[in-house]
Amino acid sequence: MRKEYLTKENIAWLLLAVGSFVICSLLMNLGIINSYYQITLYNICINIILAVSLNLVIGICGQFSLGHAGFMCIGAYAAGIITKMMPNFGGFVLGILVGFVLSAIVALIVSIPTLRLRGDYLAIATLGFAEIIRILVQNMKITNGAAGLNGIPQLTSWPLLMIGVVVSIVVVCNYTHSAPGRACISIREDEIASEAMGINTTKYKVIAFVIGALLASLAGALYACNFYVIKPSQFTFNKSIDILVMVVFGGMGSMTSSVIAAIVIGIINMVLANFSEIRMIIYGLALVAIMIFKPTGLLGQRELSFKKLFSSRKGAK
Amino acid sequence: MIQFLQQMINGLSLGSIYALIALGYTMVYGIIKLINFAHGDVYMLGAFVAFYATTFFHLNFFVALVVAMVLCGVLGVVIERIAYKPLRHATRITALITAMGVSYVLEYTTQYFAGSEVKTFPTDLLDNTAFSFGGVRITMMQIYIFVITIVLMIILTYIVNKTKMGRAMRAVSVDEDAAKLMGINVDTTISFTFFLGSCLAGVAGVLVGVYYNSINPLMGMTPGLKAFIAAVFGGIGNIPGAMIGGLFIGIAETLVTAYGSSLYKDAIVYVILILVLILKPDGLLGKNVKEKV
Repeated sequence: MRKEYLTKENIAWLLLAVGSFVICSLLMNLGIINSYYQITLYNICINIILAVSLNLVIGICGQFSLGHAGFMCIGAYAAGIITKMMPNFGGFVLGILVGFVLSAIVALIVSIPTLRLRGDYLAIATLGFAEIIRILVQNMKITNGAAGLNGIPQLTSWPLLMIGVVVSIVVVCNYTHSAPGRACISIREDEIASEAMGINTTKYKVIAFVIGALLASLAGALYACNFYVIKPSQFTFNKSIDILVMVVFGGMGSMTSSVIAAIVIGIINMVLANFSEIRMIIYGLALVAIMIFKPTGLLGQRELSFKKLFSSRKGAK
Repeated sequence: MIQFLQQMINGLSLGSIYALIALGYTMVYGIIKLINFAHGDVYMLGAFVAFYATTFFHLNFFVALVVAMVLCGVLGVVIERIAYKPLRHATRITALITAMGVSYVLEYTTQYFAGSEVKTFPTDLLDNTAFSFGGVRITMMQIYIFVITIVLMIILTYIVNKTKMGRAMRAVSVDEDAAKLMGINVDTTISFTFFLGSCLAGVAGVLVGVYYNSINPLMGMTPGLKAFIAAVFGGIGNIPGAMIGGLFIGIAETLVTAYGSSLYKDAIVYVILILVLILKPDGLLGKNVKEKV
C-alpha cells in the first residue's frame, strides 16, 4: 500500500505553516511588526526550535537533560566563528554543518556514559557537561573568551528561520511516530519493561539525545547570526532552565503545546521586558504551582491536531 | 612545600563551608530523595540575614550567626511545607522542577528587595590577625571557620546518632512506611531534617560573608551545585561522606586555582562529578543499592 502523504491533516498543517509565514512577512513589510516586535518574533522562533528539541529528550524519551544550553552554545559559536570568516550564505550553511558535527560528537561523548544514570543524577551530569562546555568556550582564544564574539554578520532571515522551525518540528514529530520513536516512548513509560521486551534502551536514548543536540545547535546558529553578539554568559544554566520552563508549561511529550508555550512565553517576556526581576519571580512561582496542581503541564500529552478537528466535524454531521 | 601547606589551609576553610552546605543536601536527599535545588539559596539568605543584622541592627557577630541560623532553619521548614510536601510521592523529576522553581523565587525575590548589586560585608566583625607557623599563614578568621564547622558537625552527629529525633530521621530514610507503622511522625521528622539542613546552610552563608566580604542575591547557585557534588562524591545520604566530600572539593578547587588556572576552578568540580558518576555512582562512602524490578 502506498503511503498517503497528501492527507487532509497534512495539507492543513502545510497551510498553517505557509499562512503564518505569509502573514508575518506581510505584517513586517507593512511595518505593523516593527523592528522591536521583530526581535520578539525571531526569539520566539528560535525558542520553538529549542523547546521542541528538548521536548524530544525530556517528554518523549523521558531523559531529564539540563544541558541544552551547552549544545546551543556549540552551534552558536561554530556559526559565529565561521560566518565571521566567510560572511555569506555558504559560510552560514558551513557554520551550521560544523555546529552539527561538533554537537553530535559532544552529544555522543556526553550521552554514552551519562545516559546510564537515571532521573536526577542524569540531570546533574548533563548540567555539569553544559557548564564544562561553557567554561571551555570562555577560556579559548578562538572564541574570544568571556568578551564573546562581536560583529557576527546578520545572515538569519525570516524565511530561513521559518524553514528552521518547520524542519525541526517535522523531524521531531516524524521521529516520534517512527519505530525508534515508539521505542523511546516505551523507555519513558518503563525502562526495565522495555529492556525486557528487547529494546536496546541505550541506543534509542542516545539517538534521541543526539537529535535534540543537533536541533539545539541549529537554534544556536540561527541565534548567533541574528543578534550580532554572543557571549558565554548567555549560555548558562539559566538558559537551560528557560527552555525547560517552556517544555514544562506546555506539557512534556506534546509538541504543539511546546510551540504554544514558546509563543506565549515569548509574548509575556516582551510585555514584562522592563520588569525582568518580577518576571523571574513569576516564573518560579508558576513552576511550583504547575508542578503541584497540574504536573503534566497545561496540555499534558495531548496534541492539538487537525485530525481530531476534522473527525469531530464529521461526527457532528 | 610551604606554599602547598598554605593552599591546604585555604582549601580546608573553603571546604568547611562546602561541607556545611553539603550536609543539608545529603540529609534531605537521604530522607525524601529530593535534590533540594533551593538549598544554595537558603545559604545565600543566611548571608543576607547576617548582613542586615550586623549593618542595620548592629548585632554582634555571634548573635547574627544564631539569628541567621534560626531564620534559615524556619525558612527551610516553610519551603518544605509549602512546596515539597504536596509532592512527596510524585516522580523525582516533578520534585526537581519544583525545587528549581523555589530557587528562582528565592533568588529573584531577594534581588527585587535587596537590589542586584554586590554588597560589602563589614570587615570588623571578627578579629582577623594572622599567625605564622613556619611560613604558613593562618588567620583568626580561618580558625573561627574551622572551630564553628567542627562544633556544628559534632552537634549534628550527636543529634543524628544519639537523640530520639535522630533515630526517627534514620528510620524514615530507611523506610518511610515502616517508620510510620512504628509510630514515628513522618511529617515532623522530615520538617526537622529540613530545619537542621537549612540551619547549617545559613551558617555557611554567614561564614562566606565574613570570609569573602561580598554577597549578592545570585551567589547561592554555584556553591550550591558544588556542595551537591560534594555530597555525591561522599555518597549521597551519608553524613560523614558529605563532610569528607566538602573538604575534598574545597581543596581540589583551591589547588587548581593555585597551580593551574583559576579559570578552570569551576570546570574541575564538574569533571570530578562526572568521573564519580561514571566510576562509582554511590560515592566514596555510599552503599551500593541494587536496582529492584
